[in-house]
Amino acid sequence: MTRPTLIPTTQRPVDEALRTGRGSALISARSLVFSFDSTPALRGISLDITDGEILAVSGPSGSGKSTLLLCLAGILRPDAGEIRYGHKRIDKLSESERAVLRRSEFGVLFQFGQLVPELTAEENVALPLLLDGVRRRPALATARTWLERFGVSDLVAKRPGAVSGGQQQRIAVARAMVTEPRVLFADEPTGALDSLAGEAVLAQLTRVARDAGTTVVMVTHDATVAAYGDREIVIRDGMLDPTATDRTSRP
Amino acid sequence: MGLLSRGQRHGYELKRDHDQRFPQARPLAFGQVYATLSRLTRDGYVTAVDTAREGGPDRTTFALTAAGRDHLAQWLAGVEPPAPYVSSGLFTKVVIALLASGSGTMARRYLGAQRSAHLARMREFTAIKTDPDAALADVLAADHALAHLDADLRWMDIAMSRVDQLRTEVLR
Repeated sequence: MTRPTLIPTTQRPVDEALRTGRGSALISARSLVFSFDSTPALRGISLDITDGEILAVSGPSGSGKSTLLLCLAGILRPDAGEIRYGHKRIDKLSESERAVLRRSEFGVLFQFGQLVPELTAEENVALPLLLDGVRRRPALATARTWLERFGVSDLVAKRPGAVSGGQQQRIAVARAMVTEPRVLFADEPTGALDSLAGEAVLAQLTRVARDAGTTVVMVTHDATVAAYGDREIVIRDGMLDPTATDRTSRP
Repeated sequence: MGLLSRGQRHGYELKRDHDQRFPQARPLAFGQVYATLSRLTRDGYVTAVDTAREGGPDRTTFALTAAGRDHLAQWLAGVEPPAPYVSSGLFTKVVIALLASGSGTMARRYLGAQRSAHLARMREFTAIKTDPDAALADVLAADHALAHLDADLRWMDIAMSRVDQLRTEVLR
């Protein structure tokens, strides 16, 4: 699938060397520790995420899997440990540097509540492009191609309140993908949907990500969701469960 | 008998119909088809209506009898026993692991490895059902398998968090 890149590559703060080839570790985390006040959430997690893979992060509630996602996405800074994105130490970056990295390289998708209720579907999807300085007309045109890719092109002019939960989540996925992120971080992306609506979103999300070579890190407590990934890691009590963690990866 | 409800068939056609309609099931062996047909004939549910020879061996065509139709209708109206699978191999292995090792480590290691194996199988069924060319029958068969594997996985998660409790009980 070829598509226009709307963000000038000069704005992308990552080494060109990082863009060569699949199969190498795109993200490496070593001995991550994070506490909320005095409550430990991550207690020394190390993992490598291969370029282009769809990684499911499973674990029971409160295991630390969402905290891990927020650290890997550069939203939280770990108390100790290292996170590398290519050659770049994310944990060493300032807040504003991490914000630039997130905007240009990462997409983030949560369970719900992400769409701006006053904006139409196409405006919602175009929003990240508009914030990046893309002009309105091309931004909306790109937004429409992404809505089409997720099978909701008939909703371009609808506001979030006028569409179903499954349709809202497809619009949210389109918005997370519109900047063509290198990595998509998704926290329980279908947690608020019934199983058929959730499946439709997951099937499209994983198909589009595989076509585009997007790396996906997907947090879920649901094994039927994890089965859409290429590989699963399991977090228990802030640590990687070594017995249940796949060592092999498909891409 | 369900396959015969659409009209008379000979054994080979029944096998072909079965394998086409239930592609995720194990293909029927010819011996199984003919053994079943002769048992159903003996019980009066099926009758041989014609024997023809077309170059090859004799081909007998079978049809449902009125008794067969009644029996099929009864079977369709009944429910399958909700099998609880309480004595599954998974549970047995956890208990034996606790007995054999005396600690929870072996049971946890087993449950973790079993989770990986289950999830790998779930990935295969997910690939089957998300194939854009998949027939709806394949999708539903994959959904059925996925729901059962998911139920096992949920149980494994619960068992994992209760290994120490169970160890105390098993070794008492």
